[in-house]
Order: sequence, then C-alpha cells, then structure tokens
Amino acid sequence: MAGAVNLLVQSHPIDSALSLIAVMASLAAEYLLLGAEFVAAVQVIVYAGAIMVLFVITIMLLNAGKEERSKGSRVAIVLGVPGVLIGGGLVAWTLLQRSNMQATVPIGALPGDPSDIARLLFHNFLLPFEVTSVLILIAIMGAVVLASRPEAVARGARKDEGQG
Amino acid sequence: MIPLSYYLVLSGILFVCGVLGFLIKRNIITIFMSIELMLNGVNLSFVAFAAHWHALSGQVFVFFVMVVAAAEAAVGLAIIIAVYRTRETLNVDQVNLLKL
Repeated sequence: MAGAVNLLVQSHPIDSALSLIAVMASLAAEYLLLGAEFVAAVQVIVYAGAIMVLFVITIMLLNAGKEERSKGSRVAIVLGVPGVLIGGGLVAWTLLQRSNMQATVPIGALPGDPSDIARLLFHNFLLPFEVTSVLILIAIMGAVVLASRPEAVARGARKDEGQG
Repeated sequence: MIPLSYYLVLSGILFVCGVLGFLIKRNIITIFMSIELMLNGVNLSFVAFAAHWHALSGQVFVFFVMVVAAAEAAVGLAIIIAVYRTRETLNVDQVNLLKL
C-alpha cells in the first residue's frame, strides 16, 4: 500500500489519478479486513466509481498535460517539505508516546451489519442525514451553475431583459 | 489481531502524503486528488477506531465524510472547468485573481 501511495509523486495528472484509484481499492480491502463491509462497498461505489470517473473525465476534458516547474513551486517545495516532515514527525511521536502498543484490532470481528448501520443512520443520525441530502442538492445546483457556459447565462439574461 | 497503531500510522502516512501533494503540486486537479487522499486517511482512522471500540458510529461518520467529499469534488471540478474556460491554464501559480 505504501507503494501505491508513493505513486502519487507523478507529474502527469492521469498517472496520479490511476495511482489514486489503486489507493482507493487497497483502502477498500483494508476496510473489508476490518470487518466493515458496508463502508468497503460504499468506498468502492462512491470513490472508485463516482469521484474517480469525475476526475478522469475532467482531466480528459481539459486536456491536461505535464505540469511545469515554476518559481512558486520551488518555494513551496523548499518551505513545505520540512514543515510537513516536522508536523508528521510530531504527530507520529505523540501517537507512539500516548498509545499503548497492546491495543489491537481483531480482523473481521466488527458487528458491521448493514441493518445495524441503517438503524443507527436513520434513528440516531436522522437530522445529519437529512442535512447531507440538502448539501448534496446545493452541490448539484452549484456544479451545474458553475460549469454552464457564461455566454448561455448571459443570453438567458438578455432574453429576460427583452421580454421585460 | 493487528495493533491499532498500525492503522493509525498508515492513516497518518496517507494524510501526510496528501498534505505534501497539496503543497508541492502545481496542477489544480492533482491538488484536488491530494485533498481526497487526506480525507481517505481520516476515514481509515475512523474505521480503525470503530473496530477498536466496537462502535458503529464511526462507520456512519465515514459515510458522512464520503458524502461531503463527493459534494466537494463535484463543486470543485465545476470550479476548475470554469477557471479553465476563462484562464486557459491549470497551473495555480497563474491563477492569481478571483475576478473573471
């Protein structure tokens, strides 16, 4: 899995997308190992299915090529890499200090029955669920408005003015 | 039996890779993929803790995180398309104005 993650150091976006798909698939396998079948299925459907198709279509639509290095990107590397390494080291150190290594996770022992999850989702988390549906609706409308051509919107506005 | 810290370390590695990609990459689509990678790292730690504490709420939270990630990807890619139409570039260094 670390190899799949390292593939992200690619300069071409389509290579990055393919390696991201590999990471998603291996994460789904990890969830199955943890006994979370529902989450694994949702991972495959939503991430590997929907989101990655969206990404690949956008890459092909925009005809994205290799990225070129610029001055700003070098500054980002020089400042960003040490900062991230320090932050990651800090998090790892805290984790190793605070967590007892004896804490183990049994493989496939979680009562991750979809019916239990559904009961939890539609009883205890009913309000957040409905709020996410509204969020999805707003996201769809925003995506349609943003991706529609500006000329079409302007033409529609002019038509309105002509009528009014 | 796999130690819980293995899962946490793996999720941390994924998250740090996401942050690194976010900082280093100059292509706006790759930056978006780095954000997805970070969200996936957090999801992994959610599921690991859910399995550790035998609590299903963690999995429900993963579900919500995925919903938010999907909405974010849809809106973000629409923004990318809109930016590309006006700027003809995908490099974030050349996108320095919010004005169209």
